[in-house]
Amino acid sequence: MKIYDKKLAYPYFVWMALFTVIPLLIVVYYALTDGEGNFTLDNLLAISGYGSVFARSLLLALIATVICLILAFPVGYFLSRLRVNKQHIMLMLVMLPMWMNFLLRTYAWMGLLSVNGPVNAVLGFFNLGPFNMLNTSGAVVLGMVYNYLPYMILPLYTSMTKIDPSLVEAAQDLGANTTKTLFRVLIPMSVPGICTGITMVFVPAVSTFVISRMLGGGSNLLIGDLIEMQFLGNSYNLNTGSAMSLVLMIIVLVCMSFTSSFDENEMEGVS
Amino acid sequence: MKRIYAFLLALALGLALPLAASAQGTLEVTEEISVSADYDWTRFAGQGVTLNVYNWGEYISNGSDDSVDVVAAFEKLTGIEVNYTTFDSNESMYAKLKSGAASYDIVIPSDYMVAKMIAEDMLLPLNYDNIPNFQQINEEYHNPDYDPDNAYTVPYMLCTTGIIYNTTMVEQAPTCWADLWDEQYAGNILMFNNSRDAYAIGAFKMGKSINPATTAEVDEVVEELKAQKPLVQAYVMDEIFDKMIGGEAAIGVYYSGDAITMIDDNPDLAWVFPEEGSVLSVDCMCIPATSTQQEAAEMFINFMCEVDVGAANAEYIGYTTPMDAVWEVLDEELKYSEIAYPSEEIAAKEQVFTALSDEVNSELDMKWSEMKSYNEGGSGYLFLLLLLAMLALACFNIWRKVRRKNRNMY
Repeated sequence: MKIYDKKLAYPYFVWMALFTVIPLLIVVYYALTDGEGNFTLDNLLAISGYGSVFARSLLLALIATVICLILAFPVGYFLSRLRVNKQHIMLMLVMLPMWMNFLLRTYAWMGLLSVNGPVNAVLGFFNLGPFNMLNTSGAVVLGMVYNYLPYMILPLYTSMTKIDPSLVEAAQDLGANTTKTLFRVLIPMSVPGICTGITMVFVPAVSTFVISRMLGGGSNLLIGDLIEMQFLGNSYNLNTGSAMSLVLMIIVLVCMSFTSSFDENEMEGVS
Repeated sequence: MKRIYAFLLALALGLALPLAASAQGTLEVTEEISVSADYDWTRFAGQGVTLNVYNWGEYISNGSDDSVDVVAAFEKLTGIEVNYTTFDSNESMYAKLKSGAASYDIVIPSDYMVAKMIAEDMLLPLNYDNIPNFQQINEEYHNPDYDPDNAYTVPYMLCTTGIIYNTTMVEQAPTCWADLWDEQYAGNILMFNNSRDAYAIGAFKMGKSINPATTAEVDEVVEELKAQKPLVQAYVMDEIFDKMIGGEAAIGVYYSGDAITMIDDNPDLAWVFPEEGSVLSVDCMCIPATSTQQEAAEMFINFMCEVDVGAANAEYIGYTTPMDAVWEVLDEELKYSEIAYPSEEIAAKEQVFTALSDEVNSELDMKWSEMKSYNEGGSGYLFLLLLLAMLALACFNIWRKVRRKNRNMY
């Protein structure tokens, strides 16, 4: 058997069909039917009433993604320039928080940000505050950034390790200043990493519901909360829930197609 | 021949007498638990019967903290194996049963969910001959609104909603639900993150029924909740434990049984039954229609209504027992707790949830999520704008691709 024999991938195809394609079709079916199984568009139309929730989810996820990108870019570059054995240690430090349960980490932020919490205690020491940080949109964004930052750092780091340091030196030798080196050399060359990072942060951030419930105090409703409410709320409405999921998927798909085309474009310029 | 009959009769009498004697007696299972001997507990022993029990989390005496392990005692007594799993809300339990993903023999939902499940033929009528201990349940909990003929349910535990507040953080103690709309507590109020319970608070304040019959009624009450929103710190469920115990909020609303736990941890907290009345919820033991072990399940229900078992559970979870016989044997502290066993006067004002029609239910959910997401005004056109932006983005994308293709042609 050749190593690139297609047959080796069959188990995964079966897995994907069973647990990705078929469930997706079920979602589409529920989204387009009513309780009795008749075709209807009412579910999709009903969603327009939740427009502000969709808008808020996208906005908060976007802000979180941008903050993650700004924070992660220098970290990724710094990591990729370290000696190899140091890289391993630093990478482990980046991943360390992920060894702990997601819920637990978010719950910890709830305690940290509370009015009587340690953050306000420290601020109080300097006669500042207490600030009301919990139950705000800002707290939700913080939760997203904290939880998803490693997903941005890792792909950035991976793509940056492939950048030859001599290219940066060459740019500088040819008279490019730091800003120019950054925008003309480093950023274009790490575009694949940036795109993967954006996908890996934006998609989970836009559909999260735990973070908004714990840090947003239940009043900063996101799409995830809305969908959860359809399935586990008191009306048990599979059809509306599926319609919401469908719209969310389409939105994510459109966003992703944008980043991926950006990816192709820029890569052409580089290679 | 006659002599044989006489002998048989004597034998029968001889056997029957000690049985009759032990009818008044009890059967010791473990040190703490003795059950009535007048019940054939062992008829399923050795048959490899397994019961799937689906209950609320932390809702049975389970052997931790020196409590009695009730399930283990049942297994020891009857030889039936119990597969015990838990859920965290009526709705998630319902979703799981409805999806048919799992089969259970005993579930313990709350009243309004029971009514809904009865209406949808999801429960089996019980054979009360197999549950003689049902007679121990107080008369006032027989034939409840959610199960008018008392054909499907046996009450397990009760609790009421009310206000828990931090005595060091309020100037005047709250006395009624309307106090939750009082400006002086702004930013210090914790509300239910659960549409049904939150709705009941609004309804009590406005003097309406907690079981709305029309969508117009729902709109009106949720409007009132919307007016309260600026004063609310957060909408929470179990997160309230940390927040109230840590002094994060001055006033919260929650269930009486859990309030006892919170007050144990922070003595500054106090509880009040609001003047307007409160919601009495009854969690009931029922058998889902998909169960294949009805008789064994009825045995389990009967076991849960044994005095010793009921007392172990009531002591452990702190909720209110529906059985006087159990109340008699409770610890003094819990027995005379005003929170768990309120006075007649308060009990008279309690109301119970019933099932809502589908139409009212979806209106309630819709209005509830609208209320919670309302603060930046302008919702409808924002969505349209969003869609337009998406469309523009997609078009821009296509245009770029086309342009690139054209460029590559040269």
